[in-house]
Parts: sequence; C-alpha cells; structure tokens
Amino acid sequence: MTISPFPEAYEAPPEPGRLRRQVQDFLRSPAAVAGLCLIIIIVLLALFAPLISPQDPYDLTQLDILDGRLPPGSESFSGLTYYLGTDSQGRDILSGILYGLRTSLTVGILSAFAAAIIGTTVGLIAAYFGGRTESTIMRLVDLQLSFPTILMALMMLAILGKGVLNVVIALIIAEWATYARTVRGTALVEREKEYIEAARSFRLPGWRILFRHLLPNCLAPVIVIATMQVARAIGLEATLSFLGLGASVTEPSLGMLISTGYQYLLTGLYWISFFPGIALLITIVSINLVGDRLRDVLNPRNV
Amino acid sequence: MSHLLEVRNLVTEFGVKLGLRAVNDVSFSLKRGKVLGLVGESGSGKSVTGFSIMGLLDRPGRVAAGRILFDGIDLATLSDGEMRRLRGKRIAMVFQDPMMTLNPVLTIGTQMIEAVLAHDPVSKEVARQRSRDALGLVGIPSPEERLSAYPHEFSGGMRQRVAIAIALLHHPDLIIADEPTTALDVTIQSQIISEFQKLTEQSNTAVIWITHDLAIVSRVADDIAVMYAGRLVEMGSVRNVLGDPRHPYTKGLIMSVPSQNRRGEPLRQILGMTPAISRLPSGCSFRTRCDRATEACAVMPDLMAEDHRAFRCFHPMTRIDA
Amino acid sequence: MAISLIRRLIQALFVILAMTVIVFVGVSVIGNPVDILINPDANQAERLRLIAHYGLDQPLWKQYLLFLQGLMHGDFGDSFVYGRPALGLILERLPATFELAISALLIAIVVGLPLGLYAGLHPHRISSRIIMSGSILGFSLPTFWVGLMLVMVFSVELHWLPTNGRGATAEMLGVQWSFLTRDGLAHLLLPAFNLALFKTSLVLRLTRAGVQEVLPQDYIKFARAKGLADRRIIFVHVLKNLMIPLVTIIGLEFGSLIAFSVVTESIFAWPGMGKLIIDSINLLDRPVIVAYLMMMVVLFVALNFLIDVCYTLLDPRVRLDAKA
Repeated sequence: MTISPFPEAYEAPPEPGRLRRQVQDFLRSPAAVAGLCLIIIIVLLALFAPLISPQDPYDLTQLDILDGRLPPGSESFSGLTYYLGTDSQGRDILSGILYGLRTSLTVGILSAFAAAIIGTTVGLIAAYFGGRTESTIMRLVDLQLSFPTILMALMMLAILGKGVLNVVIALIIAEWATYARTVRGTALVEREKEYIEAARSFRLPGWRILFRHLLPNCLAPVIVIATMQVARAIGLEATLSFLGLGASVTEPSLGMLISTGYQYLLTGLYWISFFPGIALLITIVSINLVGDRLRDVLNPRNV
Repeated sequence: MSHLLEVRNLVTEFGVKLGLRAVNDVSFSLKRGKVLGLVGESGSGKSVTGFSIMGLLDRPGRVAAGRILFDGIDLATLSDGEMRRLRGKRIAMVFQDPMMTLNPVLTIGTQMIEAVLAHDPVSKEVARQRSRDALGLVGIPSPEERLSAYPHEFSGGMRQRVAIAIALLHHPDLIIADEPTTALDVTIQSQIISEFQKLTEQSNTAVIWITHDLAIVSRVADDIAVMYAGRLVEMGSVRNVLGDPRHPYTKGLIMSVPSQNRRGEPLRQILGMTPAISRLPSGCSFRTRCDRATEACAVMPDLMAEDHRAFRCFHPMTRIDA
Repeated sequence: MAISLIRRLIQALFVILAMTVIVFVGVSVIGNPVDILINPDANQAERLRLIAHYGLDQPLWKQYLLFLQGLMHGDFGDSFVYGRPALGLILERLPATFELAISALLIAIVVGLPLGLYAGLHPHRISSRIIMSGSILGFSLPTFWVGLMLVMVFSVELHWLPTNGRGATAEMLGVQWSFLTRDGLAHLLLPAFNLALFKTSLVLRLTRAGVQEVLPQDYIKFARAKGLADRRIIFVHVLKNLMIPLVTIIGLEFGSLIAFSVVTESIFAWPGMGKLIIDSINLLDRPVIVAYLMMMVVLFVALNFLIDVCYTLLDPRVRLDAKA
C-alpha cells in the first residue's frame, strides 16, 4: 500500500459531528448562502406556480391573441398587468416563466438523480467485483465519456424522437457514466482501507459491505456531481427545447419561450427571450454556486 | 578574517495576524570555506532559516526583523532583482528530496543550461560545455548523453548529484544544503556526502548543512548550531558541543542516536512531543520536556556565552552530568 | 513507441465498430425504421415494396452487414429531403463547422490561458477574484441565450455586426472560408465568440488550477534558487507542465465544440453540419442523421487518438512507458 500524503485518507467512516462542521463551513460563504436562498425561492415559485401566477399559460382559453407581444408593464383588456410583457400568442411571460421553471426543475432533478442512482450502482459494482466485470464496465464508461453530453443527447433524441420525456431519458443516458467513473475511483481507494479488510474478515455479506461501508464514503463526490449535474441538465434541456427537440409549443419550458421569442428579437421585441433567459441564468448560477461550495466543503478528491 | 555570512537576530514570521515565529532571534556566523551544521527536529525552524537567507520564503512567510549580512551586504534590504542575481550565483541551495527538485518535463540539459545563462552572458554552446563538465565533476558517467535525458530516467542518488552539479555551476561562496541526503539510501548517502565535501573543500565554499542527523554533522561540520522551536539553544564547535553538551536538549538528541546506546539497553528518547509554534510554553520552550526545569525556567533564558560556545539554559549540563 | 501506436489504432477501430452497432441498433431497432422510412399514407403494396427495397424483411444481422457494407463505401443512402447522398451533404458543410469551431477554440485559448495564468499567479488580487467570478458566469450562461443576447446587442441595437450566414467567402485549398474576407470575418465574429464563451471559462479555470498545483512544487522553488528570472519560471517551468493536461482538454473540447456548434449554428444560421442535423432530426431524415452520427464517431475517435499521440510527445514519463 502506498503512503498517502493526506492524513485524512486514514480516517475511518465519517465521525459524528462532521456534518455539523460541514454545514457551518458551508454557511461561511455568502455566495453559497445566497445561492441556496435563491434555489429555495425558485423551488417554491415552481411548486406554487398555479397559485401565484396571474395566468395559466397552458389554458388556451385564457390567452387572448389581441394581447400578443405587449411590452412589459402593459395592461390587458381584462385589467391584468403583464409585468414582463406577453409573447406572440398573448401569453403572460411571467406566468410562462413560473410554469417553465416547473418543467426545467423537474427535468433537471429527475435526470440528475436517476443518472446518479444508475451510475453509482454501476460504479460500486465495478469497484467491488473488479476483474472482468470492472474492465467491461469501465470500457463502456470510457467510451461514453469520450463523447460530449450534447452529442449523446442528440444521438438519443435522433433515435427516440422529440419530447420532454425523451429529453430526460437522453440526459440520463448521457450522464450516468460520470458518476460511475467517480464512484469507482472513490470506492477503489476505500476498498483498500483497513475497515473494509476488517469487514471482509468478519465475513460480512458482499451487499452489506457494498451498501453499508463503500456507499457512504462515495456519497460526497456523488452529491457534488449531482448538484452540478442538475444545473447542467437544466441548461441542456433548455438548449434542446430551444433547438425544437424538447418541450412542445403548447407547454412552455424556459428554452421553448426563449426559442419562440427569437424571431421577434430581430425586430426589437426583446422581452420574450430576455426574461426567461434571466430566470434560467439565475437558476443555473444559484445551483452552481451551491455546488462549488459543496465541493470545497465536502472536499472529495476525485471530482 | 571577516565572516562571509553573519545572521543577526533573525526573526521569520508566518501569518500576518498571529505573528507565528518560525525563526526567533537567531544569530550565527560563518567563515569562508567552513561548514556549519544546523540541527533540529522537523518544525524547529532550521529549513525556514535556510529559506530566509535564500529569500525563498513561501507566502505568508517573511523576514520580520534582523539582518542577514552576506559578504557585507544585508540580504534583507536587497530588491527582488538584486536578490535574484545573487541566488544561484553566489549563494546556492540543494534541496531535500531529489525526486522533487528537478522539473519532470524538462531535460537535465535544459535545466542546467538555463542556470548558467541566468547569470553569465555566454553562448548556449559554452553553457552546454560547462553543464557537461559539471555533471562529470559530480561523477555522472557519459555526461554528454545524460544532458538530453529527463529526470525520471535517473535514480534518486543521480538526481541529487545533478542538483549538486547545478548548485556548483557558478562556484558559489555559500551553499545551503537542506537535508540533501535524508531521502537517499544509506549507501548512496555516504558517497554523496564524501563527494560534496570534496568539491566544496576544493572551491573553498562555505556550507550550511541543515540536518537532523548528528552523525552527519559530526562528519562534515566544523561548527554546529542546535535549534529548538525556532530558537538557537546551543552553538559551538562540533567537538565541544557533541562531546560535552551544555543544553539538556542537545544532550537528549545525542543520547537518542542509536550508536550512543549500549547493546541491550532501551534506546533513549526525549520525553513528550515538540510543541507547535503556536502553543509554546512561556519562558524556555523546552522546559515542559526537561527534567532539569525549575521555576526559573518560566523566563526565557538568554544565550549565554562560554569560551567559543553559547547555550540557552539556566541549568546547563557539565561533563560530570553525563 | 510504434507498437503502442498501432495498438491504439486497433483499439480506435474497435471503438468505431462498436459505435456502428450502437447506431445501427438505435436507428433500426429502437426507432422503427418502417415508420421513419415510409410515408404513412402509402398503401399496403407500396409499403411491402419499400420494405423489400430497404432490406427490412431480412434478418437483423444481414441488415447490419448491409449497413456496414454501405458505410465502407461511404454510402449512407440519399437524403429524403434533398434527394442527394447524405454523406456528400455532410461533407460539404464540414468546412463551415470546422472554421467556426477552430475560431472558437483559438478565442478560448487566447483569452482563457492568460487570464487563468494571471489568476493562478496572483490568487489574492481583487482582479483575480473578478476573473474567477466571471468564469462561473461563463459556465452558467446558457450558450444559446448568450447567442440571442449578442444578436440583440451587436446586431439589432448597435448595428455593428451581421446576424446570419457566413458572409462573403474566399477559396483556399479548394474550400471556401469566411475568415479570408472582411465581410466573412464580420459574420464569423459573433458566432465564434458565442461558441467560445463556455470553453474560455473552462480553459481559464483549468489553467488556474494547474498553476496552483505546479507553483508549490519543489522544482519551482529550485528553479528560483538557481536565480532564474520570473518570466522563465512562468513561461517554461510552469507552462510546460500545464501543457499536458491542457492539450488533452483542448483536444477533447474541440470535439465538443463541433457538437455544440449545433446551437450556435442554429442561432446565427451558420450553414454548417449542426444546422443540418437539427433540421434532419426535425424532418426525420434518417440517412443524414446516421451519416452525421457516424461522422462524429469517427471524428471523436480520431481526436482521441491524436491526443494520445500529443500526450506521448509532451510528457517524457509517458514516452518512457511506451518504450518499455
């Protein structure tokens, strides 16, 4: 066994009190705290969108084509104020954003978590069993990782066809390998440590060592990647929707709104694309700020 | 004869707010051609003293007080550019771990030639010639071929020879050798020490040999300075200090060398741990580990001079104690 | 060295072969080719005739061999939309995409490397912190939205730069290039910057991380102990060590730039492969999709191979391993 320059490499599984220290550590960064607050606000806005948004953007009967393309602050015939203006079909941009956040967050969280579960399991299996299983899995992971996410996603959408659900599937397929590689790396380091040796010498069953001992130690990098991945997935979903491969015109996601606004941008009607973009940006930046800090606090060495 | 190097009341601090003193009130001097053994445990401040002289302290470390007179020039007052022109030219340094001191992606030749060109406006051919000669001098076979080799193609001992060759390129007046043999195999250690000694004697180069190994000091050094927790605790000629130590810490160091013990006896060691610099006891830093300590030791003792030697202790040992 | 290169070449060919299986299975099995290939309004006789024509009544392995045979000859079938060979369509748009991706890569390196170097060498300066915060923004800004904003500001509001197309082109080595003419250059500027934004942040952060990893090393201290000038230490000792991870990343990212150009090309109506593939996915133009996917697979495998070679040239330690 090589001697690690990091004394913490000899640490047994997490000692009590570490979580509290990490939380305090996290809270010391004002940027991360601001990010976390924004995320909470955004999640609440998305959850309660039907209650707070002035209009249901999915309900075509509520839309009035005469209200189309109104600038921010305009009033409709019914006395409703469009604070962020309307799109070409008379859809309130603010409502569109609130509902769009629901789609974006759902896609982002769903795909990141599904990919995390699949990737972590596969990575653990590779690290635990070793040998041929490991080399086969890692070959596949390397192959997958040599192609960029957007290409994998395009490939999957070319095969599966358009649609939000297919975007989620494409994102899962495009991202699981990142987790698998990281988890295997971390698990390999853990596997060599004494407490795993000890667990084996007690003849604990394999699954128990896998889930009770290896998994908890791989969680820190998984959490960090998953956080960043949610942001990436949200961005990718918006990108794919913008390209017309994701959400359909009747269910506005942020990318879709930006996309429909593009043609009007050239004539100076900036708000249709601008405000949804800002919402997207704030969401992604908040998540990245939190992820950045998590990485510093949890300090996983393999990310 | 005047001193080549005179360090007076050197204080080196780390951390702006805490003012941690890694080196505290250290004074010593060195004549041309002489070898000073700077001894202490890790964390005693011996390496930091070396880096303070070289002007190579890592941030936030800085020389906070004192003077470092080199050939009459106060190094602490020199500008970065002036210090750079001195470094490698008149004061050279050999580092502890030869596996880490050479840049892995540059050839030995590149790393030697650039060292020549940094100080002498000669052609590349001349610089190459001089590098080759320097490699030959430290006993590296077929130096011409080795110039185009990369560090990883050399063993640890060979790499340390290369580092020594680089240090000797400009025939410096002073070499600071920071544990240059600690990382090497024992058999190689001996060779390197001999050759280093031979080369520095030939060119009348003064050496500060930083080490924790008293056996090496007794072999190479003329004088010895013992450091503990950032301060000098004893200083004098090797024969005096090692043969008849005054400070209990020096005595403890000597007794913990295996060859000093009789067969069958347990190895003696100094009780307790070296305290962190941030948590030193008041007064004498060693008193918490010292069996001679009294209430008087709650005050920091001054360095007390006694015919050509000095020590920092209220209860010095004498030959009879041993 | 030669043996390890040949071994890697064989590995690369295996990867391509594996990807043909994946693409074939994906396109022919998961997506039902009958639905894609045949007009749903066609009558039963017409359907059967077409199924036979495309070989869809053959067993799967035979279909795969036919598919592979087509690939060998560069025959992906004719585009349903353009009625011309799919590969030809892709190849004639390749230079435009390459020009865009290379320009973006250059911008990313020219901007990201010095900024990252600066932020790494002076981590505590306020300017460094501003640079690093900016790079987080560069990571988070969705490329397509930035593209729109660039269009809005520089084209719609300021009227400085054109919004779409390649502009005037000039010929070099038998290919049309935009950067050779003033008008073409003006057209290239916005899309290239748009595409470069994310990669600039990446290069910047990697450079900074690399600098901070190299600076505390003993060999840097030893270089200073030799009395070398700071310039030499930074530009030779630090930078040479940085080149190894950077070349790897830059090589990989070039491929990713080509993939991501899909977005930029759509915004700026840049007539490259990316725009073609999006149109093809929307129109279910299967031969073009397959041709594009295989093209990308070959491209990426070739890039990975090239990176390996560069790696061997740059890192003397790897070179020794290869010899052994």
